[in-house]
Amino acid sequence: MKNFDVNRIREDFPILKEQVHGRPLIYLDNAATSQKPQVVIDAIKDYYVQQNANVHRGVHYLSQLATREYEDARVKIQRFINAAETHEVIYTRGATESINLVAQSYGRKFVHEGDEIMISALEHHSNIVPWQMLCDQYRAKLRVIPINDDGELLIEEFARMLNRRVKMVAVAHLSNALGTIIPIKRVIELAHSQDVPVLLDGAQAAPHLKVDVRDLDCDFYAFSGHKMCGPTGIGVLYGKSHWLESMPPVMGGGDMISSVTFEKTTYNSLPYRFEAGTPNIEGAIGLGVAVDYLNSVGLDRIAAYEHELLDYATEVIGAIPGVKIIGTAREKASVLSFTVDGIHPHDVGTILDQEGIAVRAGHHCAQPVMKRFDVPATARASLAFYNTKEEIDALAVGVQKAIEVFS
Amino acid sequence: MAELNELYQQVILDHNKKPRNFKRLETANREQEGYNPLCGDQITLYLEMDGDVIKDVGFQGSGCAISKASASMMTTVVKGKTKEEAEVMFDEFHRMVKGDLDAENEQNHLGRLKIFAGVCEFPARVKCASLSWHTLRAAIEQEGEGRGKSVTTEDEHRQD
Repeated sequence: MKNFDVNRIREDFPILKEQVHGRPLIYLDNAATSQKPQVVIDAIKDYYVQQNANVHRGVHYLSQLATREYEDARVKIQRFINAAETHEVIYTRGATESINLVAQSYGRKFVHEGDEIMISALEHHSNIVPWQMLCDQYRAKLRVIPINDDGELLIEEFARMLNRRVKMVAVAHLSNALGTIIPIKRVIELAHSQDVPVLLDGAQAAPHLKVDVRDLDCDFYAFSGHKMCGPTGIGVLYGKSHWLESMPPVMGGGDMISSVTFEKTTYNSLPYRFEAGTPNIEGAIGLGVAVDYLNSVGLDRIAAYEHELLDYATEVIGAIPGVKIIGTAREKASVLSFTVDGIHPHDVGTILDQEGIAVRAGHHCAQPVMKRFDVPATARASLAFYNTKEEIDALAVGVQKAIEVFS
Repeated sequence: MAELNELYQQVILDHNKKPRNFKRLETANREQEGYNPLCGDQITLYLEMDGDVIKDVGFQGSGCAISKASASMMTTVVKGKTKEEAEVMFDEFHRMVKGDLDAENEQNHLGRLKIFAGVCEFPARVKCASLSWHTLRAAIEQEGEGRGKSVTTEDEHRQD
């Protein structure tokens, strides 16, 4: 791609200079977690060196400084996803906690016996288990939107399954196991036509696709900082104001209250009502800097470059005899899941690791997806904007090496 | 690369390709399932016990080369062994793949299973190699005949 200087971008990520087993690191496990640019690493260090204090507490200088940095990051995130209000951005530990928060809080208020929750056959365990737990608690029914052999959501089937008993549709924006981009606008239109809210698991999408929650009109959007160049242990739940206002807190403690007596507690306003206890301050600040960084590269340019890279990888890896690509949706991003005839993905993963190449081998926390495609596991190369075509070539050589070892 | 050759030795590749005793055992009086939730490796072990002696053994399942070859070689060595002998081998094998037993220089009963010594250089693969052994131990320890409760390699954490 023109005007995309990947070598310049790689300079921003110190870990990419590391060696693994005596070889230059080739990091293709970005769907598990992304690497961090120096600016994010520096922001976390600087926070502890110059700004550390608890937030929303003291009148002293440091507390005010930490609070300002922490809240500024919230505004950056709000703009990043184009949320209407800053208080619609709730800090969590990650997408998993965000989804659990909605399941438990929204669920307690709105889900009753006989109601239905809909998810898709593509989901990560984190968008399955919280809903299963909720359904068990309230005797609701979990329904699964099927997918076709390419890993695409069957929209017509979804439209048929929708009904007034459905209380939530929770689907991934981008599948972590197959790379399918779900046609979420259509999903949301259909769900809203029956007054059903939609939660999007954006853990994979946030670093790869431009997200505009108002344009999408989704009710909730969950994502993790660590998959988008930010630190671990920080994530976001976006929720439309009117939903969040009507939902009870699920965790009690400091910071989430206005007043406490032994008789009665009044809860704080949004977003603090959902942020009990001292938060992950350096995480939020680091995520804010990660958002600045992604903006400086440009999500549109990132998406375009990665698209080109994924096409190249699909062609090069797909051309190796014995390789089968799992997940062949027309609309895909970042993820190349594959199997090699006669070689278990773990063995592929171990052999690639010896070449310095990091891929994921396993079920990708999506066991139902593996079952749907009748494979125990896959090898998965997941790309980021700092990967190169040369790295894809090295991956191809590594896969061929695995085939030789097992021939 | 030396380590990789150590892991994927010809014998291991051969057992992976042509696993021995890879069948459902019609004469089995014990059946035990083992599962490695981290990677999805799954094995069903069939045992024909004659008192305390493992008279015959077979297995089925799916997994990586290491787990399959380990299961295959295990079935060839435990046939005819007593429960106690198998327990001792489990312990020695487990310690060897974790790097706690130097099979070349320390007294042991592992024989050709020593070929799995290289696994200790690959911590992520220790559970692959030991899945079939965990399953065997559960099978011989279960009370009486029949089908035992499924075991997983994650039970290991509690045992260590």
